[in-house]
Amino acid sequence: MTSMTDMINHHLTDALLMAYSAGTLPEAFSLAVATHVSMCDECRARLGAYDTVGGALLDESETATMEPGSLEATLALIAGSEEARGATAPCQVGSTDDVFPAPVRDYVGGGLDDVKWRPIGMGVKQAILPTVGDAEVRLLHIPAGVAMPDHGHTGTEITLVLKGAFIDDQDRFARGDVEVADEKVNHTPVADIGEDCICLAATEAPLKFKGLMPRIAQPFLRI
Amino acid sequence: MTAKNEENTEWVTCIARVRDAQDKAAFARLFAHFAPRVKAFLMRSGADAAMAEECTQEVMATLWQKAHLFDPARASAATWIFTIARNRKIDALRKARRPEPEEVIWGPDESPDQAEILALQQESEKLAEAMTALPEKQRALIEKAYFGDLSHSEIAEQTGLPLGTIKSRIRLALDRLRHAMK
Repeated sequence: MTSMTDMINHHLTDALLMAYSAGTLPEAFSLAVATHVSMCDECRARLGAYDTVGGALLDESETATMEPGSLEATLALIAGSEEARGATAPCQVGSTDDVFPAPVRDYVGGGLDDVKWRPIGMGVKQAILPTVGDAEVRLLHIPAGVAMPDHGHTGTEITLVLKGAFIDDQDRFARGDVEVADEKVNHTPVADIGEDCICLAATEAPLKFKGLMPRIAQPFLRI
Repeated sequence: MTAKNEENTEWVTCIARVRDAQDKAAFARLFAHFAPRVKAFLMRSGADAAMAEECTQEVMATLWQKAHLFDPARASAATWIFTIARNRKIDALRKARRPEPEEVIWGPDESPDQAEILALQQESEKLAEAMTALPEKQRALIEKAYFGDLSHSEIAEQTGLPLGTIKSRIRLALDRLRHAMK
């Protein structure tokens, strides 16, 4: 875990970290941000800085008068929930494994074996994870050397590598690396030849794969 | 030590008292300072008075229940309480889940030392001072990003916030935790 976090070369943007800290990102994007931060201490520290901005705003902000008896009501709330806590066992789903950090495990409801994949052609599989809001997040499984199916996206797309690697233009993205692309980027990620690639991809508008069959296979050979 | 720094240090002590001794007097002090601010924050974010009151009580109850997760080498009390209030806001107002990063938890033997805590509290205070010194227009934009619903693409890449030193502090605290866990 310690060495992993130092090997990440591609990080989240300031705008995404600030919006995640402020709590204004759509749930699908929040999942991608939380997952990257789970793997990257650099971005965890940057996020901590943005949370400090939120703390300063809270501390300096105006105040609103609490209702009479508010403190007593809160103490009663605490006493009540401590009684209830004895009865429930802590949820184990959230713990991490080799491929899925805790936030992804939460949404999958388990590990890699629990993903309900659906084929989308050329051996590529996807699983859309349930979120609310104007964005979508999916797991993608791309066989080694295969290009991601041609797709258009109208807004921002965040692609986070969980296993294997992909290559896009000149850059290589390995486990923990995140690519943030806007609509101007016309990219064709190709899974690295070494092993199958599993990514978490969040998109602003629903992803549209162009036709049922992806374009002609381009087995990728790295020279 | 500035008055503000003394105050921050006091909040850290109060949270430790709640964690270690379920100290209701310490909790009452935290409540008197933070509850009215959390309530105002929730109202600015769109909650009506009744909902803000209810959510604020829940936020303060969470402070009590999760006091053992507070790491004063990584956050000031205000920062930590802000994150709890923000999460409650997403849940109650936006009706969405909040995926959280996996926690890096300090073990019982790895409590940060006083110098580390003081340094983090001072950096938090410096950042707060720098924010009050920002040009009005820029400060308004940051407030809008946190209180309003500025989308991430509307947030300028360069906010001009001096985040470098507080980030380095937090990074050091994380390195210490990672090292301790090896």
